[in-house]
Amino acid sequence: MQISMTINGKEYSHDVEPRISLAQYLRENLDLTGTHIGCDTSGCGACTVHVDGAAAKACTLLAVQVDGSEITTIEGMANGKEMHPIQEAFKENHGLQCGFCTPGMVMTAADILKNNPNASEEEIRHGLEGNFCRCTGYHNIVKSIQHAAEKMNA
Amino acid sequence: MIPAKFEYKRASSVSEAISMLGEHGMDAKLVSGGHSLVPAMKLRMSRPEVLIDIKRIPGLDIITEEGNEIVIGANCTHTQVMRSELVQKDVNIVYQAVSRIGDIQIRNRGTIGGSLAHADPSSDYPAVVLACDAKIEVEGGNGKRSIDAKDFFLGIFTTALEEDEIITAVRFPKVANGTYFKFYQSASRFAVVGVAAVKEGDHVKVGVTGVAGTPYRATAVENAYSGNGDAAEHAVDGIDDIMSDHFADEEYRAHLAKVMVRKALEAVN
Ligand SMILES: Cc1cc2nc3c(=O)[nH]c(=O)nc-3n(C[C@H](O)[C@H](O)[C@H](O)COP(=O)(O)OP(=O)(O)OC[C@H]3O[C@@H](n4cnc5c(N)ncnc54)[C@H](O)[C@@H]3O)c2cc1C
Ligand code: FES
Ligand code: FES
Repeated sequence: MQISMTINGKEYSHDVEPRISLAQYLRENLDLTGTHIGCDTSGCGACTVHVDGAAAKACTLLAVQVDGSEITTIEGMANGKEMHPIQEAFKENHGLQCGFCTPGMVMTAADILKNNPNASEEEIRHGLEGNFCRCTGYHNIVKSIQHAAEKMNA
Repeated sequence: MIPAKFEYKRASSVSEAISMLGEHGMDAKLVSGGHSLVPAMKLRMSRPEVLIDIKRIPGLDIITEEGNEIVIGANCTHTQVMRSELVQKDVNIVYQAVSRIGDIQIRNRGTIGGSLAHADPSSDYPAVVLACDAKIEVEGGNGKRSIDAKDFFLGIFTTALEEDEIITAVRFPKVANGTYFKFYQSASRFAVVGVAAVKEGDHVKVGVTGVAGTPYRATAVENAYSGNGDAAEHAVDGIDDIMSDHFADEEYRAHLAKVMVRKALEAVN
C-alpha cells in the first residue's frame, strides 16, 4: 500500500506491506535508526516517536495507520548541530549510560513538558511510566528533564 | 515480531465499516487505536485476514453533553477523554480511571470503543461503565441499539457485540459523587484490581474489574451498604471465576478486592 508521511519536516512516500510497524518503516525504509526497538511489544518505550505532536510507541502502530501524519523522531529534535534542550540536559546530567532507552526517554520527556511545562518531579516520574531504563535507575533521567524544563521555561 | 499477512481497508463511515464487516465476517477485525489488537497480531494470537481501520470515521471522536448525559465517541483516545472539561466536571470518575490507564503513549492511542470491545478482564473502563450504568451505543447490519453496561460483558474478551456491530459511542449519566481505585500491575499498569463506586442518595453502585474473568457489579456490597466501608466484606460474594496469575493468586486477589472496595466506599462517603 502506498503511504506518505512528513517525517522530521520532510515528505516521504513508500509502498509498504500493511503489516510493517512504524518503527520498522522508520528504521528499515528510511534508515532512521535512532528510533530503537527494545521489547517490540509496547512495554519499554524505546521506540517512542511523536505522531501529530503526541508521543506514541512506534512498534505498536502499523505504518499504514499513521499514513498522512506528521512524525517527529529523535533525529528531528536537534536543530542542525545544536542539540534540543532536552538532549543537552541528558548530556549535562548524566541522564544516560548505555543510551538504548534514551531516544524514547527524550521523546516522552518532550511530550511531558509540552503539556505540562512546569511538571513536578512526581509528574515527571509518572510521565515516564511507559519508558524502561535498565541502566540509570531513572534518577538522572528525571533530573535531566527537570533541568531541561528550567532551561525551556527561562 | 511481524503480524501474519492481512489486507488493510479503511472505512470512511459507520455504514461502510458495517458493510465491510458483513462482507468479510469472521475473517475481519476492526482496528481503532490498535493498542490491544496490534500486539496480539504481532504475537500471532490474532490473525485477521482483513483489518478494517475505523479511526478516521468522522464524528466518532467527539465528546458532547446531551441533557443529563455525557456522550463519548468510540474513537476518543484516553488522552482526549482525560483532557475533556465536560468529562472532568460531569463524570469525574471517568477522568480518574482514564488518567491511570497505561502510560502517556498508550493513552495517546487507545480508545474507549476499543477498550470496551476488547473486554480485557484487567482493563479499567469496564468497572466505570458498570458503576455508572452507562449505555454502549452500537450499530450493525440490523440497525442501532443501546446495550446496558450490565449486559455488555459476557466473559474474558467476550462481549454482547454481534459480528457485524460497531460501537459508536458510550453514554454516561452525569455522576456527582464517584471514585475509582486501582491497584496496578507494576509494568503494564493494567489493573490487578480496579473498583469504581458511585453514590446516589443512600445507595452505592460498585463496579469491579481485574478480579473475575468478567467485570461485575458487586451487588452483594450494594445490598449490604449502610454508609460506611463494612459492606466491602462482600466484594467477592457469589463470584466463582476469580482469576489467579503471577500478579495475584486467587486468595490474594479476593483479599485485595475487599481492600479496594473498602477504600472506594469510604471515599464516596
Ligand atoms: C502497554 C499497555 C498498557 C496498557 N495499560 C492499560 C491499562 O492500564 N488499563 C486499560 O484499561 N487498558 C490498558 N491498555 C489497553 C489500551 O487502553 C488499549 O488501547 C485499549 O484497551 C484498546 O483500544 P484500541 O483503540 O487501541 O483498540 P484496538 O486495539 O484498535 O481494538 C481492540 C479490539 O476492539 C475492537 N474494536 C475497536 N474499536 C471498536 C469499535 N468502535 N466497535 C467495535 N469493536 C471495536 C477491535 O476489533 C479489537 O478486537 C494497555 C495497552 C498497552 C499496550
Ligand atoms: S519497542 Fe516499542 S515499546 Fe518497546
Ligand atoms: S541508559 Fe541504558 S537502558 Fe537506559
